[in-house]
Amino acid sequence: MKRIKQISFAALAAASLLLTGCDKKGGDAKKNTLSIQNIGSDTMVNLAQAWAEAYGKAEPSVSIEVAGGGSGIGVAALLNGTCDIANSSRHLEAEEVEKAKAKYGAEPKEYKVGYDALAIYVHPSNPLNEISVEQLSDLYREGGTISKWSELGVTIPGAPDEIVRVSRQNNSGTYHYFREAVLGKKADFKKGSRDLSGSKDVVELVSTTPSAIGYSGIGYRTDKVKVVKVSKKKGEPAIEPTIETTLNKTYPIARPMFFYTPPNAGAHVAKYIDWVLGKDGQAMIAEKGYIPLEAK
Amino acid sequence: MRAKRPGYAVFAEKGIEWIIRLCGISAIIFVFGIFFFVFREGGPILWEKGTDFRLGDFFTSTDWYPTSMENKRYGILLLIIGTFTVTGLSILIAVPFAIGGAIFLSEFCTGKVKEWLKIIIELLAAIPSIVWGFIGITVINPLIQSWFDVPVGLNVLNASIILALMAMPIMVSIGEDALKAVPDNYREAAVALGATRWQMIFRVLLPAGKNGLLAAVLLGVGRAVGETMGVLMATGHSLNNPYVKLDGSFNPMWMFESCRTLTATIASELGETSVGSPHYRVLFLIGIVLLTITFIINLTADLVVKGIRKQK
Repeated sequence: MKRIKQISFAALAAASLLLTGCDKKGGDAKKNTLSIQNIGSDTMVNLAQAWAEAYGKAEPSVSIEVAGGGSGIGVAALLNGTCDIANSSRHLEAEEVEKAKAKYGAEPKEYKVGYDALAIYVHPSNPLNEISVEQLSDLYREGGTISKWSELGVTIPGAPDEIVRVSRQNNSGTYHYFREAVLGKKADFKKGSRDLSGSKDVVELVSTTPSAIGYSGIGYRTDKVKVVKVSKKKGEPAIEPTIETTLNKTYPIARPMFFYTPPNAGAHVAKYIDWVLGKDGQAMIAEKGYIPLEAK
Repeated sequence: MRAKRPGYAVFAEKGIEWIIRLCGISAIIFVFGIFFFVFREGGPILWEKGTDFRLGDFFTSTDWYPTSMENKRYGILLLIIGTFTVTGLSILIAVPFAIGGAIFLSEFCTGKVKEWLKIIIELLAAIPSIVWGFIGITVINPLIQSWFDVPVGLNVLNASIILALMAMPIMVSIGEDALKAVPDNYREAAVALGATRWQMIFRVLLPAGKNGLLAAVLLGVGRAVGETMGVLMATGHSLNNPYVKLDGSFNPMWMFESCRTLTATIASELGETSVGSPHYRVLFLIGIVLLTITFIINLTADLVVKGIRKQK
């Protein structure tokens, strides 16, 4: 029964799990190429890919296979034993830690690898320069009162007054974080937002829609969208998401990014994580537009 | 006189016969297997205690909050409205083209043109739905934005155009078969009575082939209801009732509103739910709803086709 469930889940969750999963032993058997399965967060996937490529050059004996899909998929893979490192843009939930304990006999190891500032994106033609967390909450929360640009004090040339809210699908790590940090733990999102399945999709839709607003990782910033400064409350200074403001916690909506590994992960996995946390790995974070653990 | 065959040939033939028989009934096994699997995964939510799931709300509530921390709600009314709205409009768009195409293929065109047309129509059917989704986002989205001056081009109309293009090939080819099945002496009799070609088609051919054409349309509907990736990308995937404005009045511009369908919801959410959780089970329950809808449509189409055969 359990086995069948695992199989069915894998098939449904992602074909890639099936194709690449459970490869660890095979990798160990071939002496020279150790492989690391790295699955999870859509926010982190570009970064994870860049790390994997760079590490492949530095350490050719280890091959790292990266897949995205979402924090939830990474965690599910960790619980099913089909990955060595799960990327997650949120903490493990208590329930998930319990499941991991039941499987491995110990808690999975958590490594904070960097930060991601959640940027608020609007169309370049939008004159809006700053927004407060309260306003964001009123805009996105179920029962919130803001639905028009005029209520935020701006008019967008040549576009309707109604705000097009762009959001994420309801089990993405980014969605969970935004709900917790902006709407409040007990609150829910207002219906009617466009719920897209990827961080990149949010930025793309905002870039083609003059009356849209959306939230997504700062790593997905492009030239075709404008990043709005965010203040904690109306009247307080609005902060731009940068490395400094994220590290000194003045930017209100930033979150850590994690690696989770099974408690019994091999030495080659630990070595890779050391590299990620070291000078080269951390330098790469800033290069990719995310925020490293410490400023230089 | 019967030729004597070696023993192994007899056995081999029996073996092959069995393999073929197995292939024949495998479809039945798969269909039942799928029903069993989906019911086993989704069914327990109906009798499990301690969940927030209410069967009454499932079909009548517009609140779809399966991952809420405090107040989980599982209402799929908006998703059903989305599925039927997009499917309905896409069929409205596709039917005139499909029937026109079927008439042209079966009555007017011959030789090379016909061959090429058929190949190209089949090619249209072979385009993967994710590619249609891309076209929806990158081509149709800006077109709708600029032509109709609406804020977002990811909406009911966009998805319906895509679905119409996807459902059309099957409608054209089955519709053509239906028209071909009309006996030639009907046509000859009409022409002999002095009917023009148009009169012959409109007064004789279409009434005679109407069951087959209806079946073609229904199979197109089945295709459109089940389509996932294309609509996930093109509808805007928004929990929204397109017919109602913010202030509660009827929205005549419903075509330009975003919506969300049953299939797209499953596709975007199933991957990240934990196996066995209420959310997971409810998504399978949506699968059962979808299976039931397509089952009814296909059954109706089959019965309609049977109707034609009996007439002959």
